Amino acid sequence: MALLEIRNLSVAIPTPEGDVHAVRSVSLEIERGEIHGVIGESGCGKTMTGMAALGLVPKGARIAADRFHFDGEDLRENAGRLRGRRIGMISQDPAAALNPVLSIARQMDDVLRAHRDMPRQARRAEAVALLAATGLPDPERVLKSYPHQLSGGMQQRVVIAQALATGADFLIADEPTTALDVSVGAQVLALLRKLVVERGLTVLMITHDMDVIAEACDRATVLYAGLSVETGPVGNVLQQTGHPYARALLAALPDAAPHGAKLAAIEGSIPPPRSEINGCAFAPRCPQAMPVCAMQVVPERALAAHRWLCHLPEGSA
Amino acid sequence: MNRLVQRLGWPGTIALGVVLVIVLVAVFAPWVAPYPQQGVGAPNVAAKLSSPSAQYWLGTDHLGRDMLSRIIYGTRVSLTNGVLIVTFSLLIGLPVGLAAGYFGGWIDEALMRGTDIFLAFPALLLAVLMAAALGPGFLNSIIAVSVTWWPWYARLARSEVLVLRGQPYVEAARLAGVSHARIIARHILPATARPLTVQAALDVGPALLTAAALSFLGLGVLPPTADWGQMVDAGRKFFPARWWYSAMPGLAIFIVALAFSVLGDALRDRKGGASRGAA
Amino acid sequence: MELARYILRRMVLSAFVVLGVTFLVFIVAQVVPSDPASLYAGPRPTAEQIEKARQELHLDAPLIERFAGFAKAMATGDFGVSYKSRRLIAEDLRAYLPATLELAVFSTGLALLIGIPLGVLAAARQGKWPDRLGSLSSIAAVAMPTFFLAMILQLIFAQWLGFLPLSGRLSREISITAPLQMVTGFNLFDALLAGRLDAFGDAFRHLILPALTLASYPAGVAMRLTRSAMIEILERRHVTAARALGLSEPRILFSHALPNAMGPALTVIGLSFAYALTGAVLVEIIFAWPGLGRYVSEAILAKDFPVIAAVTMVVTICYVVMNLFIDIAQALVDPRVALS
Repeated sequence: MALLEIRNLSVAIPTPEGDVHAVRSVSLEIERGEIHGVIGESGCGKTMTGMAALGLVPKGARIAADRFHFDGEDLRENAGRLRGRRIGMISQDPAAALNPVLSIARQMDDVLRAHRDMPRQARRAEAVALLAATGLPDPERVLKSYPHQLSGGMQQRVVIAQALATGADFLIADEPTTALDVSVGAQVLALLRKLVVERGLTVLMITHDMDVIAEACDRATVLYAGLSVETGPVGNVLQQTGHPYARALLAALPDAAPHGAKLAAIEGSIPPPRSEINGCAFAPRCPQAMPVCAMQVVPERALAAHRWLCHLPEGSA
Repeated sequence: MNRLVQRLGWPGTIALGVVLVIVLVAVFAPWVAPYPQQGVGAPNVAAKLSSPSAQYWLGTDHLGRDMLSRIIYGTRVSLTNGVLIVTFSLLIGLPVGLAAGYFGGWIDEALMRGTDIFLAFPALLLAVLMAAALGPGFLNSIIAVSVTWWPWYARLARSEVLVLRGQPYVEAARLAGVSHARIIARHILPATARPLTVQAALDVGPALLTAAALSFLGLGVLPPTADWGQMVDAGRKFFPARWWYSAMPGLAIFIVALAFSVLGDALRDRKGGASRGAA
Repeated sequence: MELARYILRRMVLSAFVVLGVTFLVFIVAQVVPSDPASLYAGPRPTAEQIEKARQELHLDAPLIERFAGFAKAMATGDFGVSYKSRRLIAEDLRAYLPATLELAVFSTGLALLIGIPLGVLAAARQGKWPDRLGSLSSIAAVAMPTFFLAMILQLIFAQWLGFLPLSGRLSREISITAPLQMVTGFNLFDALLAGRLDAFGDAFRHLILPALTLASYPAGVAMRLTRSAMIEILERRHVTAARALGLSEPRILFSHALPNAMGPALTVIGLSFAYALTGAVLVEIIFAWPGLGRYVSEAILAKDFPVIAAVTMVVTICYVVMNLFIDIAQALVDPRVALS
């Protein structure tokens, strides 16, 4: 049984102008010990999927799913309890995730105190050990600092140490490298890989960056307009890409274009979040769209663990 | 009407109604007041200090004048106080803030340090000092309050200008050699004047409250002109036995200030609902 | 280091502001009034008396020279002589200042004690009835004329219910029969120093109504500022992050969000203190509180400009110093302040 099982998850946020379909139908299976990438443009519902798993959706939002379970427990009922115990979060902007007016020591201690029954001294030692485990060179000094005195990379390591401090074995990392320099981002990804191996963690990696998928993930799921359109081992998703949208994303990568050539941009824009969708959501932008695409429910194609939604027959890409 | 309620909410709509009624009452005071003569000050000693009755709805003062009529005439002083204070303050604060924000450098430094000095005073105290120096009177008390009021507008104007000055079209105009006066008149002034005017309109309530405090201290309009602050003070001698003398004008000040601040609040609070963790 | 530099800069600025304030007070009190000499010379003065007064006041000296004299006098605490009573103003101030400060400090404390918890409550229950009720009463508090509120409180608590004194700082039984020895001038302190619980209680009971009057407006502001600051902070990422880390809701509210809202709370201290110092002018008259406010309001009626100027100076300097402390405290609470 997968650690996180999501089948046909939808999240609708009511507004005076009608429901916003932040997540329309997302299916995900995350196995223990893997880093599973979830990739898509902004507004595709990747962050909202993560927030739903944490039980942190906006007030009034409606969650529906055929299955929405973490380690056998229904997240619709237990997200609040699992959050911070089994499920941790590493957010996009570490500077915003840390409280600017509290010292790192205080912020580490608050987390440890909430989860571990230890005396003060032991908590302090544990905090030092956790910071060291994230590769921070001088944990004692870091503890005495305030967030603004640390670099972005150091802040992100502190955030990771906090997540570890909860004792969570499943981390939701929402664009953990976006706010960082490329080289620092690579170090953070390497750190996450190392922690997964050493501590038996499982990571859901939310990103809009194919590089991050290629660099750090074992499997990946591509989201478009609140729908999971393709999922599978990273090698398959990157090389035998099934869904035209995922192919377009790959083509938009700087590396994929010949030097000096213009980057391929995807024409058109995502469907408005309040609209209803019939047929394939990507059809209006798809270079290979057929009349059937806009009208009929999209069939699932599969090659072993690699699955995608498309009207085009397999191997026609 | 429905759209109005939707925009302002019920409290805001009611407040707007109250403000409109007060303005109408002020304009048509001679027709609204039951005893217009007493409203402008004619004594009626025979009826002095009568308690509220069918004849004198809100009672009479120590000269027997109908409180209701006095209060109705008092709306004129109170509203003009509020409006003139923010107008004068705008007239001083806007140019100062414009100059400071637009020219920057030492001009900015000098002007803003100057406003800092005015802001260093607890506001009412400076107004009291100023009013005492100028002597009591309608215009003097307004000037006294304006002296403490304008620095806020100078600051606000400056911060607006600082944002505008960085705008590409302003930069472009400057590079194209358009004169400072023209840039200010064309691009800066109109865009700055709007938020400032809105703020000033919202400040009418607090302004007339401050003016009422001055007239309570005997630094406002001189009798026999009807003025709420001065009436509250005059009634203190008969308080609490003739409670209506102080209470009615006091209540009037409260209602007007309340209407303005509820209205201001409704206009300011145009933000949507917030999201928060559900668990 | 950043902090030390910041504090130093603030102090220099404050000194500059005090100089500016002195100049402004000088202009308003000595230059604007039309004829200070005849006021100084006393009621119905003769031409010679006025001339003599002009010389005593150095009214013919150049403005700069007069200002230098004024500034020097203020700096040395020589506030001159009251036109009206011919008493030394410095001595009067010594008697009246503690009474006003006692009221100001007490009402500021009261405002924070009422306003901040209500603001936190309103933010935590945003849109629910505690929030609505709180918003409503804070708006009412802001719109209420101080002097009118004072009279209402007097009417209710002193006249009708009768369990608080109508006015004054101490009951006659204490002030006449067994007076307190004035040490600090703060009655509450002096009573404790003398071990006089009866006097302490009496002084406390006299403080409540005027302090409540002065606290209502700043408490309303404190509530609104705390509320909006808390709402804004509760939306921030680090609060979501704290939730995601499994911290309890009360812990998030009080230990992760409230410290970030301390900036506004400190602002309220300054505002409340200023309000109390100036509101004192109105409230002290009504409650017959023997402080600076009543002193200056009597001076206003008598056009006693040296007294008005002295009180304005002293109160403004109290206020400037208070603001300096608040700025420093703000930098201590939020280390980023010193950087900007």
